[in-house]
Parts: sequence; structure tokens; C-alpha cells
Amino acid sequence: MLLSGCNSMVVLNPKGPVAKTQSDTIIFSILMMAFVLLVVYILFVFMLTKYRSSKTSDDYEPPHMEGNKWLELIWTVIPIIIVAILSVVTVRTTNAVEKVPAGYETQKPLVIYAASSNWKWHFSYPEENIETVNYVNIPTNRPVEFRLYSYGPITSFWVPQLGGQKYAMSDMVTKLNLVAEHEGSFMGKNSNFSGKGFAQMEFEVLAQTPAEYSKWVKDVKDTAPKLTEQEFNKLLKTEIVGRKSFTSTHLGFAPAPMDMSEHGHSGDSKSESTDSSKPMDHSDMSNMDHSNMSDMDMKDMNDSSSMESGH
Amino acid sequence: MKWDEFFVTGEPMIYGAMVSIVLVSIAILVGLTYFKKWGYLWREWLTTVDHKRIGVMYILSALIMLFRGGVDALLMRTQLAVPESGFLDSQHYNEIFTTHGVIMILFMAMPFVIGLMNVVVPLQIGARDVAFPRLNAVSFWLFFAGAMLFNISFVIGGSPDAGWSAYFPLASLEFSPTVGNNFYSLALQISGIGTLMTGVNFIVTILKMRAPGMKLMRMPMFTWSVLITNVIILFAFPVLTVALALMMFDRVFGSQFFTMANGGMDMLWANLFWVWGHPEVYIVILPAFGIFSDIISTFSKKNLYGYKSMVFSMVIISLLSFLVWAHHFYTMGAGAMVNGFFSITTMLIAVPTGVKIFNWLFTLRKGKITFTSPMLYAMAFIPIFTFGGVTGVMLAMASADYQYHNTMFLVAHFHYVLIPGTVFGVLAGLHYWFPKIFGFRLNERRAKTAFWLIVVGFNVAFMPLFFLGLQGMTRRMYTYSADTGFGPLNMIATIGAFVLAIGFVVLCYNFYYSFRHSPRDEHGDPWDARTLEWSIPSPVPVYNFAKVPHVESQDAFWHAKKHNVPLFKEGPYEEIHMPSNSGQPFILGVIMFFAGFFLVFSWFIPALIAGIGVVIMLAVRSFERDHGYHISAKEIAATEQKLRGDSV
Repeated sequence: MLLSGCNSMVVLNPKGPVAKTQSDTIIFSILMMAFVLLVVYILFVFMLTKYRSSKTSDDYEPPHMEGNKWLELIWTVIPIIIVAILSVVTVRTTNAVEKVPAGYETQKPLVIYAASSNWKWHFSYPEENIETVNYVNIPTNRPVEFRLYSYGPITSFWVPQLGGQKYAMSDMVTKLNLVAEHEGSFMGKNSNFSGKGFAQMEFEVLAQTPAEYSKWVKDVKDTAPKLTEQEFNKLLKTEIVGRKSFTSTHLGFAPAPMDMSEHGHSGDSKSESTDSSKPMDHSDMSNMDHSNMSDMDMKDMNDSSSMESGH
Repeated sequence: MKWDEFFVTGEPMIYGAMVSIVLVSIAILVGLTYFKKWGYLWREWLTTVDHKRIGVMYILSALIMLFRGGVDALLMRTQLAVPESGFLDSQHYNEIFTTHGVIMILFMAMPFVIGLMNVVVPLQIGARDVAFPRLNAVSFWLFFAGAMLFNISFVIGGSPDAGWSAYFPLASLEFSPTVGNNFYSLALQISGIGTLMTGVNFIVTILKMRAPGMKLMRMPMFTWSVLITNVIILFAFPVLTVALALMMFDRVFGSQFFTMANGGMDMLWANLFWVWGHPEVYIVILPAFGIFSDIISTFSKKNLYGYKSMVFSMVIISLLSFLVWAHHFYTMGAGAMVNGFFSITTMLIAVPTGVKIFNWLFTLRKGKITFTSPMLYAMAFIPIFTFGGVTGVMLAMASADYQYHNTMFLVAHFHYVLIPGTVFGVLAGLHYWFPKIFGFRLNERRAKTAFWLIVVGFNVAFMPLFFLGLQGMTRRMYTYSADTGFGPLNMIATIGAFVLAIGFVVLCYNFYYSFRHSPRDEHGDPWDARTLEWSIPSPVPVYNFAKVPHVESQDAFWHAKKHNVPLFKEGPYEEIHMPSNSGQPFILGVIMFFAGFFLVFSWFIPALIAGIGVVIMLAVRSFERDHGYHISAKEIAATEQKLRGDSV
């Protein structure tokens, strides 16, 4: 019974180190807070049962009490100590989940661009030169660096069993480092309200062994069509679609916005410099070459989307 | 523009609402004419500058809005009760949760708090009015104009649908092309200006108009909380004013402050919104803390424990409230440093709040506790709010928040602080001060029935949401599939919501019941209370205090009762100067309503005419010579004798 209850709570049922850190933090905080609740509740019940008027004599006159320096000091200092402990835990774990998880720093992360548009998710794999829609396969035991942005309202990329979420926005790229340590299919979703089709914005994350993953990549390359700019623009306009696979990515003709997440992430600057070989260069170049064009793309898209939501 | 764009069409529920709005309006108009009440309504209420009546109008509006927002909540809960429900479509659901949020915070919680503030604060400090009575009326009518403008959106033009936080670019013209978010920016702007004026008015009132002897550290805790709240209003609301103005420029005039392209910054909106939005939470919670302090002390028959640390902790909370706004978007990629800073400042708020909880508990110690209906709300507040508070600390931890953010866990948390805090607070205050306002008590039996329904219903409705959050249910999703497993807990929550609703219906029925059956108050002090407002007759005469009280300690009235010292000096009454009523605030409110309405639809020429109307109204006021009027000593003596049987 208890176990099944825990299993349904995906947040407390982690399948990777990032979600594990967060789950441990949550359970630790629950224990600390349970202690606080216990103290308050015991005092509360004690006061209410002992000092109700029906228990005192009619002529009882409650005393005048100004307060007590020492007592008040106690209930100021103890919460400060609790907050201090929680602060240390928070700062450490927040740093930990922003980085590539411990034990995986030496591996080259698999970079996947995850972009949201009109209630769907596009996943671009520059390393493999493939792209999927509404599902994402990842190898187990390898760090995955999701680079998030949006073709529209702010969305939030969340795979609870692998780790907490992060926003995807139109004018910058944010990064999320996740590792899956177990094979399996995990629920992923947008958790930030983004309009009419928000509730449908779910995707499957399939964690496979590296061998299975390679096989899947090969399958996609053998069978899926190429993603042309025309096809991509059509896809952007379509409101809700099922799964799709392509043998090329949209990063070439519609690059991710400028990467502004660098300054906040002292942790992954190292991994950044090691992998900035092909895909980054490529997108940077296209950013410079066609800066006008990409602006126009953006504008085109806005027009079309406003037309659509207008009908 | 075509008519079917102007009126919302195609929704049977909205047609029903239109018909009932028209019928109710006709009924009110016919009723007022038939009973010849137009003159009474105009002379006694619409033109009043009496702080008590303005307070009553605020509270009445807040109660109506509570029901509007409550119906929204029930519609949402009905939709979510079962998986794949077809009760509401996505667009309708989005509009409903947006208006639920806006109405409950801005048009229910705030006016309720401001209403109680209006009724009580001048009485608690021994003043005859607020510092600027006419401005007070303007504040009310601007709030009312804003509320009405916001409310008509669901039948005319369509409601806003981008969430109460209206994040850009979702709230921009590109993604929300209907006029819904125009209503949002203009309605909030108009009522927000009113709130800002209230802030100025009450700071001046409390600082300048206290009765002789009432030092700052002798003020009742509710007055202290109001003073601190209004300082927060003074700093926070200008940010909202600017943010909404930029929003209006973006949506009505085509500027690009928050758009996706052309240099717009969507996160700028999020920052401005929450720089106002987080202090706003404390604007509605601090007065509730004040109300609970007064009530707990009254019904324990004791002075408030740790008065100084209570004041100090509210000041600390008000400062910290401005240093935590980024916890609303830990997940925007600000990095571990920034998130760590905001985590710590957020968690620190738990310290002064904890101090207050323990001081309340120790106020009960060695007391003589009676469980009247206001006290019951105060007692339910302590354990439930503490639970909401500790879940808040859990949310404050950035690394963990990455998992809770935008989930039902968050929804559960803020309802667990706002309902026991603000809603129980204002209900406690309403039950407590009701006899002071109307001269009779609410029926205790019915009040207690309503209380238990509300408390039980609330917990059944919101406790399951914590678990739904941990199961991965995000907020604002209008539907979910059966295999998510969210069904059973949602069903329980929906049942709880309906129990809660029944509680509110009983509470309102009690107004009617008590009006018919409650014995009328004889001496003005039904609770054996401690502060100055109970020293005068109920209902309070228009001039409040026939003679100015002289304050010698905290809990001045209690002190006078216990030590048998006179609160008011001996001697004959003197004539009292009062401000005259004025129709101008009401007219200004009407013109502002139309100015806002025309701007919503980008009808610029009528909007310009209305704008000129506003300027004319201001000009008329600045050239007006009105020195008010005097109530003669004889008239006061007669009134006082009638109210309390005093000999002159």
C-alpha cells in the first residue's frame, strides 16, 4: 500500500541523480517542518484545553503579562537556526542540481535542444543530426544537457522523475542537466500555462541503454524524412500534433536564440567549452549571417500565430 | 467591430448569466423606484464621505465578489472532478481561473481588508474620521469602477485568459488577441489608483489623528498592522501602476515592451508583476494578523503577549516582503547564486511569522478563553496557517521548488495561507465588529455551523492538492487523462469545495437571520472588549466620539473599565465639525469606468472625451469652496442620550 502510494508520487520516485537530490531535499525539509508543526500543535492543544473559560472559576482574573525577553528570544533564535540549516542545504543542493551531476562530469553530455511551440515540443539532436516532436529518447547513465527555448509563450520543461523543471523563453536559452540511471518511459510535460492547448503539452521521455539508443538513432536516420524549413514552418503553425521524427534539425535555418544563461552557470562553463565544437559553431554562424532573416522569421511566425488564434 | 465580437456568444452558461444580470438589474431599478429609495440611496450611501459607510460598501462589494470568485472556483472544481470532463472547454476554463485569481485577490481580499480598515481604524485611534474623507470616497468609487469593469468582461468582449499573473508574451496581443487582457490592465489600473490613495489616507490618519495620549506603542495591533500595510501599499502599488501602464501601451497602442520580437522583454513583466505581487500577499495578510491579535487578546481576557515583538516582526515582514519576489520564478534560469539569495530571504520570513505564532499561543496561556465565532476563526487560523507556512518554507528551497513549481502543491500552499490567513481573518473581523457596525450580533449558532462547514470543507478541498502536486499534476490544466491517476484525489477536493461553498451560504443566511431575530445591542460592548471602538454606542453615530477620549495605556478601554478611570473628560459637549457629502467621487468613478471601457475597445474619441471629463471633475474640485458643516452641541447631547441614555 505505502509503496504504491510512493510510486504514484513521481516527485518522490526519482530515476536519476538530479531528481534524487531533490527528492532527498524534499524529504529532509518535510522532517524538519514536521518537527516545527509538532511543537506548535502540542502547545496549541495544551493552551486550548487548559485555559478555556469553562475550566476556570467565575472570579478568575487572567494576569497582565507583558511578554518575556528570554522566551521571545528562544522562539526567534531556534527558527533562525532551522532556517540556517535549511539555507545551507538549499544552497548546496541548488548548486548541485544546476551542474552536471556528480560522477558524470567527465562524460561529454548529450546536447538536446528542446523548443516549445504552439503546444508541442521539438527536440533537436545536433550530435546525431536528428529531430523529434513530442517524444525524446535518451541513453541511460550519460548526462543530457537540455537547451530550452520557446517559439511563443513561456513554457516550463519538466520531467519529474529525472529532475525539476526550467523555463523555456523566446529570447534566451536556459539549460537543464539531467541523467537517467534507470531505463524506462517517463512522463514529461510543460508545467507553465501557455494557452489553449496547455493541458495537452505532454511528451514521453524514453531512457534506453546506450546500445538501444544507438539503434533507435540509426532507425530514425534510415526511415525518417528530412526536416525542411518549409516543413518546419508548417509544423510551427499546426496547433496539436502527434509524434514525428526527422533526419535533420531546425537549428540550421531557425537557430536557438542567443545563449544568455552563461553567467549564471559557473558550474557548466567547463562542459560548455569542451563540446562547443560543431553544433554551436554552426548555430552561431547562422545567427550572424542571417541576422536579418531570422528576425523576419520571427516576425512571420508571430503574424501567423496571431492570425490563428484570431479565428 | 461586429456585435458578436462585442457580446460573448455561443456559451449557454454565459447566456444564462446575461439574462440573470439583466433581470437582477431590472429588479433593483424597479424595487428602488417602487419603494421610493432613490433619494435615500443617493443621500445616504452614494454620496457619503463617512468612513463607516464607505467601509460597509467595501465589505458588501467584497462579499459579492467572494461569491463571484467562489462560483468560478466551483466551476473549476466541477470540471476537474473527473478525468476528461467535458463540462468546460479549455478557453472557458482559462478565463475562469484567471478571473478567479484576480477577483479573489484584488476585488475580494483587498476591499474586504480595506473595508474593515475603514470601519475600525478611526474608531480604534479615537478619531472622528479619516484624514481625507472625500479622497476616501474617491478611493472606494475607483475600486468599484475597476471591479465592475473587470466583471462585465465575461459578457462583453470576453474575460482575460492568461492567468492572474498575465505573463508575457502569452498576455500580449499576439497570443491573446481578444480584449480580455485590456480589461485586465484597465480595471486593475483604475482600482489600483484607488488603493494607492487609501494607502496615503490611512498613513496620514494613523500618524496625525490619534487621540491624545495614544502613543504609537499604545495603538491596538490591528491599527499597527494597517499602518504597516499601508506603507507597503505606498511602495508596492506604484510598481503595479507602471507595469499595467506598459501593458496597456503594448496591447492598446502597439508598443513593444514585453513582446517576443523588437527588443521586448517578457521577463521584465514577470519581475515588475512580482515586485508588486509578493508584497501584495502581505498587504492582505498583515491586517488579518492584526485582527487575530485583537480577537485572541479579547477572548482570552488578556493583553497581547509580546506586544513589542509583534510590532517589530510585522515591520521585518514588510521589509522582507520586498526582497523575495524572484522566488516566483526560480526556474527562469537565474542561476544558483541568485536563487540561493532569494531562498534565504524567503525562508527568513518564517522567523518573524513564527514569533507571532508563539506570541499568540502565549496570549492564550493563563487566559480565560471563550469560543465565540470570531475566536473560532482565530483558533482555526493558527494550526492551518502554520501548516501553510511550513509548506511555504519547503517551497522556498530553490532546488526543491524546481519540482513543486507550477504544480498543485503550490496551489495548495497558497490557499493554505490565504484562506486561513486572509479569509478567516476578515470573517473573524466581520463577526467581531458586526455589532459595532450594525448594532446587533450575528447569531452564534448559525455562525458556528458555517464555521465548521468552512473549516472542514476547506481542508478536504485543499489537502489533496499537496499530494496531486507530488504526483505531477500541474496547475491550470483544464483536463487530464484517467491514466494519470489524478482522478480520485480531485474528486475528493471537489467535494470539499462544495462543502466550503455551503458554509459560505450558511454564513450569508446568518446575516438575514440575525437581522430578523438578533436582540439589539444595548451598551456598545457586547464582547467585554479592550479597545476604544467599544467605548462608544453601536451603531456608531456619524461623529464617532462625542468627546475625544484620553488614552493612558494600551487597551485603553479595558484600562478604563478595570481601574474605573474616565475615558472621556467631564463637561458639556462641544460642537463638531464634519465634512459634507459629495456626489463628485461617485461621478468620477462612473467617468473612470467609461474611460476604461472605451480604451478597452480602443474607441479613442469617446475615451478622450471621458478623459477630459476626469480632468474637469478634478478642476471642479480644486475650485470648490466647501468647509463642511457643524453638528451643534445640543444635537450631540440628544443623540448621545438616545443611544446610551446619558444624562447631559
